[in-house]
Amino acid sequence: MSGGITAWGTYLPYWRLRRSAIAGTLGTGGGRGTRAVASYDEDTTTLGVEAGRRALAAGPGPGAVQDLFLSTPDPGYLDKTNATTVHAALGLGRASGAYDFAGSPRSAVATLLQALTGAGGRTTLAVLSDLRTGLAGSAEERDSGDGAAAFVCAPEGAVAELVGRGAASDEFLDRWRVPGESDSHVWEERFGEELYVPLAREAFAASLKDAGLVEGDIDHAVVTGLHVRAVKATASGLGVREGVLAPDLTGAVGNLGAAQAGVALCDVLERAEPGQVIVVLSLADGADSFILRTTDALPGVQRDRAEAGVPTVAEQVAAGRDDLAYPTFLTWRGQLHREPPRRPDPERPGAPTVHRSEEWKYGFTASRCLVCGFRHMPPTRACLSCHAIDQMQPERLADVPGTVATFTIDHLAYSMSPPVVGVIVDFDGGGRYRCEMTDVRATELSIGDRVAMTFRRVWTAQGVHNYFWKARPAGDQVAPSGADPDGERGE
Amino acid sequence: MASSGIKDQVAIVGMGCTRFGERWDMGVDDLLTDAATEAATSAGMSIHDIDAFWLGTMTSGVCGVTLSRPLKLDYKPVTRVENYCATGSEAFRNACYAVASGAYDTAMAIGVEKLKDTGFSGLTGIRPVGDGTDPGLSSPAAFSFLSPSYAHKYGVDREQLKEVMGRIAFKNHQNGARNPRAQFQKEVSMETIAKAPLVAGDLGVFDCSGVSDGSAAAIICRAADAHRYCENPLYVKALSFVAGPAAGPIDPGYDYTTFEEVVRSAADAYAQAGITEPRVQLAMAEVHDCFTPTELVLMEDLGFAERGTAWKEVLEGTFDRDGDLPVNPDGGLKSFGHPIGASGLRMLFECWLQLRGEAPPDRQINTVGPGRTLGLTHNLGGAPGEGVSFVGIVGTELG
Repeated sequence: MSGGITAWGTYLPYWRLRRSAIAGTLGTGGGRGTRAVASYDEDTTTLGVEAGRRALAAGPGPGAVQDLFLSTPDPGYLDKTNATTVHAALGLGRASGAYDFAGSPRSAVATLLQALTGAGGRTTLAVLSDLRTGLAGSAEERDSGDGAAAFVCAPEGAVAELVGRGAASDEFLDRWRVPGESDSHVWEERFGEELYVPLAREAFAASLKDAGLVEGDIDHAVVTGLHVRAVKATASGLGVREGVLAPDLTGAVGNLGAAQAGVALCDVLERAEPGQVIVVLSLADGADSFILRTTDALPGVQRDRAEAGVPTVAEQVAAGRDDLAYPTFLTWRGQLHREPPRRPDPERPGAPTVHRSEEWKYGFTASRCLVCGFRHMPPTRACLSCHAIDQMQPERLADVPGTVATFTIDHLAYSMSPPVVGVIVDFDGGGRYRCEMTDVRATELSIGDRVAMTFRRVWTAQGVHNYFWKARPAGDQVAPSGADPDGERGE
Repeated sequence: MASSGIKDQVAIVGMGCTRFGERWDMGVDDLLTDAATEAATSAGMSIHDIDAFWLGTMTSGVCGVTLSRPLKLDYKPVTRVENYCATGSEAFRNACYAVASGAYDTAMAIGVEKLKDTGFSGLTGIRPVGDGTDPGLSSPAAFSFLSPSYAHKYGVDREQLKEVMGRIAFKNHQNGARNPRAQFQKEVSMETIAKAPLVAGDLGVFDCSGVSDGSAAAIICRAADAHRYCENPLYVKALSFVAGPAAGPIDPGYDYTTFEEVVRSAADAYAQAGITEPRVQLAMAEVHDCFTPTELVLMEDLGFAERGTAWKEVLEGTFDRDGDLPVNPDGGLKSFGHPIGASGLRMLFECWLQLRGEAPPDRQINTVGPGRTLGLTHNLGGAPGEGVSFVGIVGTELG
């Protein structure tokens, strides 16, 4: 047994925007295919939580994680660490570290490499997350997508070991964004291509040399980067065998930026066999190439994940719901200023209040009465059923499914995307909670439907993000048949 | 544990009630001054003859100075009370206890709410600093869980139940059309009600009570002293108030077809008043019709109809102004809106008029008579499964 990647998980949001819908509204732009769209209540932190949950769904569990790394170019907060939110939502131990690696997409590659190279010593969860917007009608908006990938790297039980790496760096202006901007700027495309392709070749060659391998030894090659022309040119000149290049997912989900290399690597891990060689070559302000060799542990982990119901990248790419209206997308991204309901804005939650309720708010941890077994959500000290006080044990219910007891559609409540769907959920094994439902059109919801919980940014008030759990349809990301292709969400 | 009540120990000897509505013309001070003055005048008293005051308001002021400042009271005890939508009834209940205890000879219970100055639709809450995990559903949404559950449990078609809900709105607006103090003084057709846009779940605009401003007041004295102030006082027969453990949202056993708080407070109030058959012993009831399915469920929780039958009784007109048991003959929250602190006392004001034969002829109910002299008022606060309930009973005769 040896150190390396021991588990992985990905999250592609439920919604897809058809590129043709852009032209349908703006009269120009657009194109073929779809892009993945984070819902109005998702951000890079929540995308990361969902990917992290899937990485931890099979295997030693959250208690084994010693360090958490979160990398994103679009952090929910600056100065305040976002990884601590992910840490709390995943129920990681208090003694584990939680660190942000924010900035460029290259930080994400470095984050995974850091976790991999440190895997000899510490069990690390590396989460790579991105949410990309761009101005209305821009190539960035059309070609990019939202998603996250997470990897557990540990000293034992690796499914893939790091066998070589190479890097090449250069200082040039290809893509940049001033903090606060939603869209990045790009220099003339051919300039970047001319610089990137040699950098990529150098990094790739260095990694092969480091691993003691040649091009022909590669079984799976992942080439990623936001500079599409440079990526294509690099991939076609890589010199690997036919059929080795990993499938391009950008047509269906868009370019996932900082999460692209991670999601593509997970896709390979879900299809790879033991003893295969995988290269990941990322073009971002230089190039990074790293080579992994899969181990005999891979099939067992693939099987465990399937049994735990963790969706693969391919399954998520094939699913998704593509009838999101473009004006709704613009509204969710703050590009279209819609009239708010005539209701007071939400108040920011209080820091001490939130901290006292950390296990509930972030961990979705209920309390079960040790005397009579009644489960309380939120956790309480006094039992509703038998009135015992302080006879409770905590129970994390984030991964426990439930059933819709009843529901309503609230046209009056505050939401970035009204109407609010309110559901009463009865959880398997006991416990009832009333919460918001997301990733659903209210007209398609029925009493008795099965739901799972998902971590979301409910709203932001006075600069404070309010994270909590919502229900969403279980039976992951299966779009209902007969969906209205031009329907607006929730009408 | 016992709830003995204070039957026949205190009496209402004067009442006042402002016009409810979008009172852009009046502030909290004006509304309080009008209601207090009208109440005192009707008892033949000066405001300054009253010994103690209980002021009910949820959001329109804090502390007793909210009342003592506009009325320029000379250093009298004023207690400000809040208990959600039962706030006005709670002010009344505590004032009654104060007089019954012998602490004061006379007391005023007054309620007020100024909702229309906020510029928002619907009610806006008063919440302590939270952890952000409350789903933040609106009041209509919280109550909209009732109708599909009721329909499911009793096998009523959802379309038919929509008609039942519409019938409740229709009835209350018919009554309100005959009430010069109501916010909405117009009849509304079943067709208009049915076609109204949805607010939450199956609830259309006409299934929801309005948002309004208003104030109402009552003057209470010991029953033995009542005739000093009033020829035909109302005697307090029962006062019951309960707060539930908020079981509904966390108990999978709760089915959203009843309010346990109401069942408990009604049983308590009937025991205090010695009522065994509310439907025939009561001459009228003013109930908390915040939303039409609320009134439907209340008819069963208050014992006016058997479980699962209220929807039929509604369609048969049992609770109409000329029915077996008139419910909300003044128009209810549907016609008055719901200025929180004032509603409970506004309900009492209708009992004051109807039981004493002072309602306008076109609204006077015909159930009042020998052996049938009691009226019930009911408030509900919070949401289904997590709230408070008040039931009070008053009557024109001792014993």
